[in-house]
Amino acid sequence: MLRLEGLAKHFGGVVATDGVSLDVVQGEVHALIGPNGAGKTTLIAQIAGSLPPDSGSVFFLEKDVTRASLHERVRIGLARSYQITSLFRRFSALDNVALAVQARSGSSFSFWKPVAEETQLFEEASSILHEIGLFEKKDQAAATLAHGDQRLLEVGLALATRPKLVLLDEPMAGMGPEESQRLIALIERIRARVTVLLVEHDMDAVFRLADRISVLVSGRILATGRPPEIRANAEVRRAYLGEMRGDEVAA
Amino acid sequence: MKKNIFLMVVFLIFPLAMQAVDNLFYVSFASRVMIYAIAATSLNLALGYGGMISFGHAAFVGAGAYAASICIAEGLTSAWLGWPAAMAAAALAAWLIGAVSLRTRGVYFIMITLAFAQMAFYLVNSMKAYGGDEGLTLPQRASNLGNEVAFYYVVLFILFATLLLLNRLVNSRFGRAIIAIRENETRAEAVGLPVFRYQLACFVIAGAFAGLAGALLASHGKYVNPNVLHWSQSGELMIMVILGGVGRLWGGAIGAAVLLGLEHLLTDYPIGWLARIAPNYQDHVGLGVGLVLLAIVLFAPQGIAGLFDRSKRAAA
Repeated sequence: MLRLEGLAKHFGGVVATDGVSLDVVQGEVHALIGPNGAGKTTLIAQIAGSLPPDSGSVFFLEKDVTRASLHERVRIGLARSYQITSLFRRFSALDNVALAVQARSGSSFSFWKPVAEETQLFEEASSILHEIGLFEKKDQAAATLAHGDQRLLEVGLALATRPKLVLLDEPMAGMGPEESQRLIALIERIRARVTVLLVEHDMDAVFRLADRISVLVSGRILATGRPPEIRANAEVRRAYLGEMRGDEVAA
Repeated sequence: MKKNIFLMVVFLIFPLAMQAVDNLFYVSFASRVMIYAIAATSLNLALGYGGMISFGHAAFVGAGAYAASICIAEGLTSAWLGWPAAMAAAALAAWLIGAVSLRTRGVYFIMITLAFAQMAFYLVNSMKAYGGDEGLTLPQRASNLGNEVAFYYVVLFILFATLLLLNRLVNSRFGRAIIAIRENETRAEAVGLPVFRYQLACFVIAGAFAGLAGALLASHGKYVNPNVLHWSQSGELMIMVILGGVGRLWGGAIGAAVLLGLEHLLTDYPIGWLARIAPNYQDHVGLGVGLVLLAIVLFAPQGIAGLFDRSKRAAA
């Protein structure tokens, strides 16, 4: 579904991604893990289209989208969420999602008809709020939501674009264990219809959710495989998992 | 609703009452205020709703003023021709300037729009065929709207049409899109909105209405000169928007009325005790205006329109 071929990005002398090749198969939850500074967020930005790679290609649904812009990729079903929460802070939760639905459903070059009359827009937004468990807070401004709720809304905005593949960049960042459970449950619910590329530090979540895991170290893919293979991989243990506490590796 | 009808009646009766007491100066003055209200409202669309801090809005007022004036000077005196031409000329200018300027952000956007407006200022200064730096005196108003009361009603109608259009626009899909872009450009792009296209469209619409205001302004004074494009005019429009309320429907109109009203009061009605201390203080009305602006920014950051509905946030 998504194929990366030799993606490379340098910032001056710093190598952020160093020839990353990766396949994400339709229907899977593919986790991308790696130590801080491994280039995960840079890689997500290149896949999403907000950062042009120096070399290499991105294929989505067999089409070369390397030159396509961020919004063009969203249109064909490749959406992302942000590691640092990025919402329309003064909009209500419902308006946040409704805007994403609006962006997906046709042109916004409509100058006369009030959005408020487009009931199907808000019905769809409401159903997404139900799905992410925020419907009770639909009228609350995004800025006033609790951190965990903001993280859920962040994912909700990506889902509202009806992606075929969603890139979740550390969705559980800053969440407590209970809040993380809500997000894990959400990903379990959507995985039947959306392919997921998940960047996450929470190893518990990664090993519970992922069909396959890729390990990114110093801008290169060290290994890709099923969770047991990754857990058993000596190189991965040395480069990355070794830094984690023993019980987490065993989890 | 009752308040609106009352307001409407006041606006409709005002010129007739003034005519009855034979004081057409204030009818003409009110027309001028409303023309600036249209210009400031158009800037508010770009600046307040679209988040594009354009410091070159006078260029679009000027483009409209000159396009309409040239039409009249060339004998095409119908407003039905001259005013749409003014809007088209200003929209074209906004499209050209916007297409370049909108590739920059923040202070750079402010500076580049200012730079373009200054280029336009010097361009019309050198248009010798149409008066150059001396300006262009028109033999008549568009469509011969010489009657002050008739002209007032025309301007009033256009102002309310503009406000109605703005009200519809900001609540439409397009309006939601540009407000969302103002709130969080990156996220807007990431939910699939082509940000540049919407911003440019917003900029062009704002430019077109500034051009219409320019056409009215030229007809009002039967005169146009390069000073309508001067950067201080852009600044004045910006002050109106800030005074009245950034991103508020009535912001531009209220700001225009307050600023021009204040300037008029300070210039034409000497304050006795102040004149005794500083005889020529009226040459420096800018100081008084500045103090009022300072007070507004400090004590009513939502503008004067914001004082009326404190509970609501600006266009969010």
